[in-house]
Amino acid sequence: MTERFTKAAARNIFYGGSLFFFAAFVGLTGLSHSYIVNTSTDKAGLTDAVARGKHVWEKNACINCHTLLGEGAYFAPELGNVWLRYGGDKDHDGAVAALKAWMAAQPSGIEGRRQMPQFNLTEKEVEDLAAFLEWTSRINTQSWPPKLSG
Amino acid sequence: MKYESQKVALWYFAAAMALFGVQILVGLLAGAVYVLPNLLSELLPFNIVRMIHTNALIVWLLIGFFGAAYYLIPEEAETELHSPKLALVQLGLFVFGALAAVVGYLFRIHEGREFLEQPTWIKAAIVVVALMFLYNVTMTVLKGRRTVITNILLVGMWGIAVFFLFSFYNPSNLSLDKMYWWYIVHLWVEGVWELVLASILAFLMIKMTGVDREIVEKWLYAIVGLALFSGILGTGHHYYWIGTPGYWQWIGSIFSALEVAPFFTMVVFAFMMVWKSGRRHPNKAAMLWSLGCSVFAFFGAGVWGFLHTLAPINYYTHGTQVTAAHGHLAFFGAYAMINFAIITYAMPYLRGHRPYNQVLNMWSFWLMCGGMAFMTFVLTVAGVVQTHLQRVLGMDYMEVQSQIALFYWMRLGAGAIVALGTVLFLYSIFGPAREERPASIPADYQPAE
Repeated sequence: MTERFTKAAARNIFYGGSLFFFAAFVGLTGLSHSYIVNTSTDKAGLTDAVARGKHVWEKNACINCHTLLGEGAYFAPELGNVWLRYGGDKDHDGAVAALKAWMAAQPSGIEGRRQMPQFNLTEKEVEDLAAFLEWTSRINTQSWPPKLSG
Repeated sequence: MKYESQKVALWYFAAAMALFGVQILVGLLAGAVYVLPNLLSELLPFNIVRMIHTNALIVWLLIGFFGAAYYLIPEEAETELHSPKLALVQLGLFVFGALAAVVGYLFRIHEGREFLEQPTWIKAAIVVVALMFLYNVTMTVLKGRRTVITNILLVGMWGIAVFFLFSFYNPSNLSLDKMYWWYIVHLWVEGVWELVLASILAFLMIKMTGVDREIVEKWLYAIVGLALFSGILGTGHHYYWIGTPGYWQWIGSIFSALEVAPFFTMVVFAFMMVWKSGRRHPNKAAMLWSLGCSVFAFFGAGVWGFLHTLAPINYYTHGTQVTAAHGHLAFFGAYAMINFAIITYAMPYLRGHRPYNQVLNMWSFWLMCGGMAFMTFVLTVAGVVQTHLQRVLGMDYMEVQSQIALFYWMRLGAGAIVALGTVLFLYSIFGPAREERPASIPADYQPAE
């Protein structure tokens, strides 16, 4: 064992194996890239409003309280499917109006309840954010989350 | 300490520990906001608190890695650093960038994705700093003796820099964004960081146990091999629910289940070396941190990762407090503790003292580790309850949170214990030391190899 498994052999296995697995990983993410662009996300629906909404989401660091598709902080509700919780799939304008009202009412100031900051978003920014959340709700996530509650 | 230029590590360790203090303070605040939600909510909202907590962690760990590299590379390469001055300039720039980022966060200046909230100019500065570091250590290694430890360390450090470049790519397609985001986050902490961790641990084992370098190096290759073979495709466990194809559920489940292997091997390695050598190194505290690091990395990154890594389980637990429990113990066990180990080992040499304040240091070990273990347990229970109420019964998020408030109180208590351990650690490292090292034996305790 000692003679056959030399340090040189260990080194070659490490570098060779790592390169192999990394190449496999890059190949698979390449496949996934085209799957995401063409199949699992709404290519035609990725409008400028959605892109702007994503920027609003990032600029205000929403991810550091909420989760989005399960990733982020765990301090506030999951928002990957919030559009469906708001009933946006049935009543688009109603959901946008509800989101506007919600954003305007923050922080609630209720004692003992988690506070969402007032971000002072313009009307258009909230509409863009709604477009982003609507687009996100249509990503094929293999039916995650298990419940509407997120 | 054999080489004068190793001294730069002292400044790195000091900077890392200062930021570690910031991380713990802000973490305590975050834990307090969980149970007292109105605390500072207008002045300093939770998203900013959390951003500082995570960013401080990443930056101090990196500064600690840089310091460890500057400390161990001269000894390994048997030559002075290429440019100690460049190393200090690099540190100055990095600390300035980190402070600028934190102050910016306080004034709501941030952009981008989770953990990558830095404004673009700071990201660019990070790249410049990384290039300075890589140039400096690579030149040092090239002119000196090459060892497996320096090779693996360099591969790890180059990997960190290369994968960071993905932070500049931010497509407007959220699924694509998330997929490439993990090229940084996962391939760092479950990939190249493990190389850095394993090489520092191997260095400490050679120095403290005096076991033959050949044996340690073969173990090192085996450990980092297992880490990358499992860890690279293990990225798949982040690709279950973000719009990626279904095959990731199989690949991710299988390979991430194997991610326990390198950590288990590390435990066996560390204890075997110590047991085999039978040598008693005078720096018992450094030995404790080294052995403890392997054990806590195994539980935090290995076992707690495995708990929710299989796709059918992850479907329910993803993004709950189970994730938070795993994240806390994994970062602490694997990366914070290896920093404490190398710092505890190196500080007596850097300050020219015999190992000092060891009892205090070992108390801080038990306080920090006990606190973190308890925090992990309560967050795990909280996560299981949350998973059931929210993901199985479909209860509303905020309602579930009020059901698990008790666990958040216990987590805050655990955090306070960790903070106490932190204070003890900082004092034991930077506080007064009584016994000077006699000038006649400048580099004792060092094995002949």
